[in-house]
Amino acid sequence: MGIKSNVIRLDAVEKVTGAAKYTEDLIPANALVGKTLHSTIANGEVVAIDIEEALKVPGVVDIVTCFDVPNHKYATCGHPFSLDPSHADVKNKTILTSRVRYYGDEIAAVVAEDHLAAQKALEKIKVEYKVFEPVLTPEAAVESGNDLHSLSPRNELARMDFQITPDGKVDFYKGEFSTDPHIGGHKDLKGTKFYVPPQQHCHIENICCFAYISDRKIVIVTPNQATHTLRRNVAEAVGLPIGNIRIVKPYMGGGFGNKQDTYYEPLAAFLTMRLGGRCISFTMSREETFVNSRTRHAMDLWSAVSVNDKGRITKKGLRINSYSGAYGSNGHAITAYAVTNYFQLYPALEKQVGESATVYTTMPSAAAMRGYGIPQVDFAMECQMDDIAMEHGWDPVEFRRKNMMEKGFLDPFDRFHCASNGLEECLDKGCEMIDWKERRKAYDEFNKKSAGIKKGVGMALFAYKTGVYPIQLETASCRILLNEDGSVQVQVSATELGQGSDTVFAQMVSEVTTIPEDKVFVIGKQDTDTSPHDAGAYASRQTYVSGSAVKQTAEILRQKILNRAALLYNEDEEKLNLTYEHVVAADGTVLGSIADVALKIQYINDIKIDSEHITAESTYTMRNNAFSFGASFVDLEVDVSIGKIKINRVVAVHDSGTILNPQLASAQVHGGVAMGLGYALSEQMLFDGKTGKMLNDNLLDYKIPTSMDIPPIEVAFIETYEPTGPFGNKALGEPPLIPQAPAVRNAVLHATGVGINSLPLTSDHLIRAFSKAGLIE
Amino acid sequence: MIKVIHMKVNGKQVELGVDDRECLTDTLRNRLGLTSVKKGCEAGECGACTVLIDGKATNSCIYLSMWAEGREIVTVEGIKGENENLHPVQQAFVDEAAIQCGFCTPGLILTAVEIVGSGKKYTRDELRKLISGHLCRCTGYENILNAVEKVAGL
Repeated sequence: MGIKSNVIRLDAVEKVTGAAKYTEDLIPANALVGKTLHSTIANGEVVAIDIEEALKVPGVVDIVTCFDVPNHKYATCGHPFSLDPSHADVKNKTILTSRVRYYGDEIAAVVAEDHLAAQKALEKIKVEYKVFEPVLTPEAAVESGNDLHSLSPRNELARMDFQITPDGKVDFYKGEFSTDPHIGGHKDLKGTKFYVPPQQHCHIENICCFAYISDRKIVIVTPNQATHTLRRNVAEAVGLPIGNIRIVKPYMGGGFGNKQDTYYEPLAAFLTMRLGGRCISFTMSREETFVNSRTRHAMDLWSAVSVNDKGRITKKGLRINSYSGAYGSNGHAITAYAVTNYFQLYPALEKQVGESATVYTTMPSAAAMRGYGIPQVDFAMECQMDDIAMEHGWDPVEFRRKNMMEKGFLDPFDRFHCASNGLEECLDKGCEMIDWKERRKAYDEFNKKSAGIKKGVGMALFAYKTGVYPIQLETASCRILLNEDGSVQVQVSATELGQGSDTVFAQMVSEVTTIPEDKVFVIGKQDTDTSPHDAGAYASRQTYVSGSAVKQTAEILRQKILNRAALLYNEDEEKLNLTYEHVVAADGTVLGSIADVALKIQYINDIKIDSEHITAESTYTMRNNAFSFGASFVDLEVDVSIGKIKINRVVAVHDSGTILNPQLASAQVHGGVAMGLGYALSEQMLFDGKTGKMLNDNLLDYKIPTSMDIPPIEVAFIETYEPTGPFGNKALGEPPLIPQAPAVRNAVLHATGVGINSLPLTSDHLIRAFSKAGLIE
Repeated sequence: MIKVIHMKVNGKQVELGVDDRECLTDTLRNRLGLTSVKKGCEAGECGACTVLIDGKATNSCIYLSMWAEGREIVTVEGIKGENENLHPVQQAFVDEAAIQCGFCTPGLILTAVEIVGSGKKYTRDELRKLISGHLCRCTGYENILNAVEKVAGL
């Protein structure tokens, strides 16, 4: 088998039989139940908390308030540790807080024998607040005169402002917060405004964890995407060395970046220390997961693009004001990713100016979510590309062809070259599959005659980096243990969260060692005590970075097997090879199986040859990056009078380099497209302007797509070969989401002539836009 | 108050003391260890806790355990065939890569078992509607529909 084959997921059978155990399934029956008290104001201070009545509730074991927890500031985000203090993540979180920064902030915690007792106790806690106004936009936050974090005057967490010279040099400068359409004050860069709302990950498994003390360690079981980083965050929060913390990650019910962050693990660790090591569990409700975990950043974007008469982009300017929420887990990283991406997919010939701010707001904290800032900027960028094409009467596809990144492009920020680029082929394939020219023409004709129903075809492109080098280090480790029967255990800490990475790692090991996947046991349960270090599951990095570690380690194992075989069979190592799990000599003689070598070398009782458990372990440092590319083509119709969009087809074409498992790769695309369509059509977190309370914190009112909402999704891969990837591969996990929203919007533009510059494209939103444009009365 | 209920769970008669306020999800998970019954919302929105009650796919999180008196409950732990072979629906989910994180999978499989149990065959659009009570955030439903279509499609 090996790579480029449809190997069935290693965990498929466990998942269809119910044998797969997730965190909540593993909570011991006698565990105590922890619940947090959430603030009922969005901005202010806890002046006093009265827990007297709550403590009397039968079954209550302990109550801690914001005045009882250590004042250790810690970061929550899943970024790897930075040796450079100026690059370190923002440490602004304490286990509980008296300074309330959003509606629902955690101000106290109850530990009880059961859920009901915990809930009753919460209801009896009395809180006295000093109340400030909620601030729900960057503009309001900057002007509020009330700083959420003392180190961030005017609530500006960070900025990144720059101008790129025509020869590709980036000059950074310190700009000012602004909502003026002129980017950086340049008169020739007047931007159009776009808005994208906060989106929630909505993995079906809610946020949860439990903690206890065993073997002198605090053990925390949690569905976390970046276990080694979590270990560090917890250690800092409770003030213990990292060796005293052990993180265990069982099966995970989806993550999409949300489970990269640190949630109640520090609180659970703190409480188990207080309660003599007893097991404490925290399981967020769906409502809590909405408010108390993380969101995609909402952003205000102003984009300005000038073109010459040849259809080439000459000047570009972008400003992003990003809503970071209360704690802004990932700092400015996501907004910086977004603002730089704008100058990567379509570089301009002459002038390029970018300004960006990340601003604290009294909302749930924004952090990583599938696409890491790029869905936001891609929306603004790709909408505007269509608007310009329309204005000039150009074909949107041909306009893009003239301006999009080419192979060899040097990224001005990260200073790496684009070494594989299938954008042209993605466009060709997508146009062919959707029948671009004919369909556009036919719908133009149809729309001339039809007032009620309008039809459109739209498209959008994206470019997305693989992993985070050189902004952060890219490190991954792997350990492979050979068993006496020729099977192996593979250990990684690149977490499986549903995307299929464990299966693909098994394929990689099989590819190198010839050991078939049914004998390759990837240990899917990560444990920081035994699993080798990895930065975690994010940035679509696993097959690229962790995959490089797996390949390198498998090669070491392979060489060890050949070396020991040479000793055992008295042959020249250089002339031996592995074929179908057997060691063969240069003349084709089969000397023995891998199992024979493993067994003999383990149990050899010989005066010359030492016994050995053949194992391999290595760490891979990735010093490269690679752009993945792709396009989405959407065919839809709009019922103008009721503002209803019906999507007929989505064609998703991707250049992710070599496709390692086509069936699982297509499945990734399906999921990303669906999440992207949710972003386009229905998903938005809504907040009450007066109180700052989230209005739709449940799956009934927050609309993620159901099976009725998703059209047939057609997937095609353009397989380039990425020379820096372990097998020619590059990012795939996040990208499919990115171009969906602008492709839908551009199809609506084609259908109706109305370009809508904010998401989601709900009926009420469309009706307002169509009324304004005079399409309906 | 604790009340005693009798029901058949995965083919086995059980007698249990349950809190009369308890939902069937908690009874199955906490008292019988049937953890395939997942909790995603506890409000009947996501479908992850679906079990078959007298053959009908039902959100067990909004079903009081008391109501299960005398009824027959099936979870995915109980649908394997003879010789421990996978049920055709389970096999179709495996073959069609209809699984990613796996959290919505047990519930969807049981709805598919109900669909297959009807003995009828359905168009893809009909199947879309029939499984629409289940939220899945990973798959875009495409491969789930492929799997269900394989066992119950026209």
